[in-house]
Amino acid sequence: MASVVLSEAEKLYIVHGVQEDLRVDGRGCEDYRCAEVETDVVSNTSGSARVKLVDTDVLVGIKAEMGTPKLEKPDEGYLEFFVDCSSNATPELEGRGGEELGTDIANTLYRVFSCENSVDLKSLCINPREHCWVLYVDVLLLECGGNIFDAISIAVKAALFNTRIPKVHVLEDEEGTKEIELSDDPYDCIRLNVEEVPCIVTLSKIGYRHVVDATLQEEACSLASLLISVTSKGALTSMKKVGKGSLDPESIFEMMETGQRVGKSLHTALQKILDEEESLGTSRPKVGFLG
Amino acid sequence: MAAVTMRLPQVRGPLGASASRGAEKHLVAPGDTITTDTGYMRGHGTYVEDDKLIASVAGVVERVNKLVCVRALKARYNGEVGDIVVGRITEVQQKRWKVETNSRLDSVLLLSSINLPGGELRRRSAEDELAMRDYLQEGDLISAEVQSIFSDGAVSLHTRSLKYGKLAQGVLVQVSPSLVKRQKTHFHDLPCGASVILGNNGFIWIYPTPEQKEEEAGGFTTNLEPVPLSDREVISRLRNCIMALVTHKMMLFDTSILYCYEASLPHQIKDILKPEVMEEIILEARQRLLDLEG
Repeated sequence: MASVVLSEAEKLYIVHGVQEDLRVDGRGCEDYRCAEVETDVVSNTSGSARVKLVDTDVLVGIKAEMGTPKLEKPDEGYLEFFVDCSSNATPELEGRGGEELGTDIANTLYRVFSCENSVDLKSLCINPREHCWVLYVDVLLLECGGNIFDAISIAVKAALFNTRIPKVHVLEDEEGTKEIELSDDPYDCIRLNVEEVPCIVTLSKIGYRHVVDATLQEEACSLASLLISVTSKGALTSMKKVGKGSLDPESIFEMMETGQRVGKSLHTALQKILDEEESLGTSRPKVGFLG
Repeated sequence: MAAVTMRLPQVRGPLGASASRGAEKHLVAPGDTITTDTGYMRGHGTYVEDDKLIASVAGVVERVNKLVCVRALKARYNGEVGDIVVGRITEVQQKRWKVETNSRLDSVLLLSSINLPGGELRRRSAEDELAMRDYLQEGDLISAEVQSIFSDGAVSLHTRSLKYGKLAQGVLVQVSPSLVKRQKTHFHDLPCGASVILGNNGFIWIYPTPEQKEEEAGGFTTNLEPVPLSDREVISRLRNCIMALVTHKMMLFDTSILYCYEASLPHQIKDILKPEVMEEIILEARQRLLDLEG
């Protein structure tokens, strides 16, 4: 993970500021930085999204491919996550440095989406035990400016909202061999229901209080953080503690409550922007990476 | 109450009508031909290929008689003697500290170039060498002046005045060195209630104005008392104003920062970083600066 070196006096300034609910950039402890979300940025994927949180930049692409269902779940499709931390993000991730962070983020995503009804996997089934849709979710971390888990989870939800899986028909012969036929209409596709998809909220403990959406400087002052994945209704699906410091059980409960509250507002804001983008349709000016 | 704002990205165009400046600047990108005339000498940022002078960096072409060079818009800091810089200690070595100043090589702060606590004047001994880490550690911020430049381009700093030394509580903002205007003094006590050091290397330090001048300290004791909330608000607002000026590529000097601060007063501190509010503030500040000039 990228980190900055700070002097003791600077860290003290940040910690005292958090105590008084005034962070360095004027935000309160529960405020997010201004986020920019755009979907459908990569043309050769089934769905894609780009999220920019001031100086944290994440790109997610989803490809739907046909595969065989897992043995223990024969009538469901599944998701595969792969995270690539680009060397552009920070010099520490050059070469093999980004692999550890990448596997860490991928494992967290698997855990977050392990909850049964986050994504309707039964809709991804084509032929039980034989064919199903596998969604390969590729995450590319372009710039690391603090709070990467939140940005990645927002981008994954936006990309799943944007995913269009082509409709297939199964034709059966007299002998029983099955053929899969793709529909002729390119716009005939199924969309995923993302209402239950959780988003990660990272709460970093600084001093006696905790903050949401920490910048790199604030992460350097925090010894322990809690990663909570929350659905739009406020239900917790997973929790993970990171950092070398310890957390008191009382503070964990407080942080969980804050996380649920903040998670609900995060989902409302994201859904609003996704609906707004959808309603603009083809008239939306595409910004992409050259804006 | 949590506040989460999301928006769709927008293409950022040039802000308003840019005021007409004297001569049109010749902007080039890497690979652009500057001139096909072979009579010119090539300077920094250019190379010759097929009898054409081609730019190797993105920037403005500068011509002095027969010398053509390209001054890059975004470049590392090039030290010049007499500049004020704000730097961060990266290493503690035998008789010197290595300081990071956003230049190509780490700058050097020799043990003989600092003021000893108490203001004594004596030759540095072996005990001083062993106690170096007590004065400045890795991660500490200092303000210093450029004393000389080594042959390889590394800058040698000194803090031999009471106004330089270790920096205490405050906020550091890192910007491109080309945006800091060269002025007579880089230490400003702004009337809004905070002080700012505009380092020539692009490191800007915003801190609460100290109440009385500490004469005996020599710049090494740090004030660790909590900063009052009113000062914090001023510092946060200044920091956001500087970020707004940097986003719109305006020169940073005490007047521009002050005008931007005054234009931002009607808005909440955290709203200054929203694109539409930022544009409004910058337009007003730019207008006032133009009125000041003309």
